[in-house]
Amino acid sequence: MLEIRNLHARIGDKEILKGLTLTVKDGEVAAIMGPNGSGKSTLSYVVSGREGYEVTAGEVFLNGENILDMPADERAAKGLFLAFQYPVEIPGVTTMTFLKAAMNSQRKHRGEAELSTPDFMKRVRTASDKLGVAQDMLRRALNVGFSGGEKKRMEVLQMTLLDPKFGILDETDSGLDIDALRVVAEGVNALRGDGRGFLVITHYQRLLEYIKPDSVHVMAAGRIVKSGGPELAHELEANGYRDYIGQAA
Amino acid sequence: MSATVTRIKSEAEASLESAFAVARESLPGQAKVQALRDEAAALFACNGLPTRRVEAWHYTDLRAAMRTMLPLAQPPGKALIAKAGAALAPAAEGQVRAVLIDGYFIDELSVGLITSDITMRPLDVTLAEGDRVAIEILSTPNLGRGDAALALNTAFMQGGVEIDVEPGYHAALPVELIQINSADKPSAIFSRSMVRAGAGSKFTLLERHISLGTEAVQKNDALVLFTSGRSQVEHVFVRERAPDSQTHVHSLLLNVWEDVKLNSFALVEGGGLLRRQIFARFESERAELSLSGSTLLRGKDHADTTLVVDHANPHNSSREYFKHIVDGSATGVFQGKIIVAPHAQKTEGMMKSQTILTGVDAAMYNKPELEIFADDVTCGHGATVGALDPVQLFYAMSRGLPRADAETLLLEAFAGDAIDRVADESLRDMLIARVRSWLQRRAMS
Repeated sequence: MLEIRNLHARIGDKEILKGLTLTVKDGEVAAIMGPNGSGKSTLSYVVSGREGYEVTAGEVFLNGENILDMPADERAAKGLFLAFQYPVEIPGVTTMTFLKAAMNSQRKHRGEAELSTPDFMKRVRTASDKLGVAQDMLRRALNVGFSGGEKKRMEVLQMTLLDPKFGILDETDSGLDIDALRVVAEGVNALRGDGRGFLVITHYQRLLEYIKPDSVHVMAAGRIVKSGGPELAHELEANGYRDYIGQAA
Repeated sequence: MSATVTRIKSEAEASLESAFAVARESLPGQAKVQALRDEAAALFACNGLPTRRVEAWHYTDLRAAMRTMLPLAQPPGKALIAKAGAALAPAAEGQVRAVLIDGYFIDELSVGLITSDITMRPLDVTLAEGDRVAIEILSTPNLGRGDAALALNTAFMQGGVEIDVEPGYHAALPVELIQINSADKPSAIFSRSMVRAGAGSKFTLLERHISLGTEAVQKNDALVLFTSGRSQVEHVFVRERAPDSQTHVHSLLLNVWEDVKLNSFALVEGGGLLRRQIFARFESERAELSLSGSTLLRGKDHADTTLVVDHANPHNSSREYFKHIVDGSATGVFQGKIIVAPHAQKTEGMMKSQTILTGVDAAMYNKPELEIFADDVTCGHGATVGALDPVQLFYAMSRGLPRADAETLLLEAFAGDAIDRVADESLRDMLIARVRSWLQRRAMS
């Protein structure tokens, strides 16, 4: 369960999150929708531990543990995963090397033994086959020269292999055509259940056609300004955000 | 009215001149060699040790770093040879290996002195025999002229080795040139080696510099790599971490003839002061020269890579690609000059230097230069200096890598990008392993 209480955060003098409160229960898929500049990506970064943001008030609990004082790697090892809006290219590091380093780092943090190479290879092959990730992509430098769809698919592959307790998808639909969106959404849907929660951040209702949310929250000016069921996404699609922009201000 | 400016000699300069006067008669070589030495000594006496006022040495003040001259190194005794031998892995079967200790060629540790395809002999012998062609090549009349540090090497050169690879010979294993500093007492080392690649030959030259002790060493060594037409040479230079008390000037002198492919890579692990200067000249046409390297600096290391590539003839290409990781309060320097002669049309020259500063007080000086006098050329240069990319760092950490591991992963990839230019896979693996080990020590400090 992810529980965010009265979260305030800023960069420099600019406050971006202004008292955000949100709870996502085990197994729940919550969608956050909001206009540009409402703080959606900042929320994903602050929760996952990116440096450069100053949290001035509030708490974030992952399965009952306050994670705000932990560096990003510890939060990851506790089971948090952020699928990036713009997955980062890392020249010189093959995808396979990166995956192994990530998986073994988390295992080490949890006091588990490192994966043997055959076990690692088997897990990667199984997951990549399901997601249609070609083996030659795994030998290439991480995300370097990948298309938008390939990068997002790689994010889902990482999420599958790291097996988090909670996933944040930051505008996973951006830059994807319908076919790529469907593949990525299927990958995410395959991870639903087992008590795993998701926070799906998006501008558009389109993604939610494929990843059906249990709850929808409207974010504006750094706060959740309305919460509801899946029907709220349709309402936003029809009416836009103008009602909420005024409300937040 | 004009006043004559008299340069006041430093203690080290005066000592070097006196040492040369004393050693002159006993240094190896006949009249021709003596004349070279005298000419070089005169140039040194006129110019002195390079200071910041000399443009090519602006970022490395050798005069300030060498306040006194250390005693000339003596040939090593048996105990030292045994100690050095113990530090080396056995040579592989069929491998050719030349070992120098404190600049002196060591017969007992060298392997494959004379094979049917490679001949190796101490430089003293070459100098004493005075073969006209060999001395001409060794004196590199078109390379590094006017450089006082190189002149010092010419004046004092002894020890060293000559390695000749027969025309058409393709070596399966790298030819090794291992230079060991015993550093068991303060000493000054002057050695020059020469490698001649016969026409159409193909081989890898692995040049390693190793320090055993921690005493102060002033090392001034040079390698002349003379290629003949159609030869393909890969040169891998590894300067293993040296004690902070070391002052090291290394000159690499490259003659690049027609249809040659010459690829020279350097891994520099820092320690003390290192000035690595490369002088390369295209002597004919259709040759390809690649100069690259990864430099790893920490503490108060100072490492200067300065290169001059002279496109003296048309239809040649050169690529220069250097990566620097500068940690702690270390200082890195990269100076690269590409000169294109008026008639050297169809020249290609691309130079790039990239630096990641990981130390709060680390500094990097980049000075790329193009001097182009021809009009049909493709030349360019670029230099970047920055910190580790915070977005890449966060991405790796968000996947569970602790900061130190994430930094190591990214820095290894950064340095490894230049190492990828080495064709020999086993040497690439060795270089990456050394980078990894350096980064792990960095992460633990």
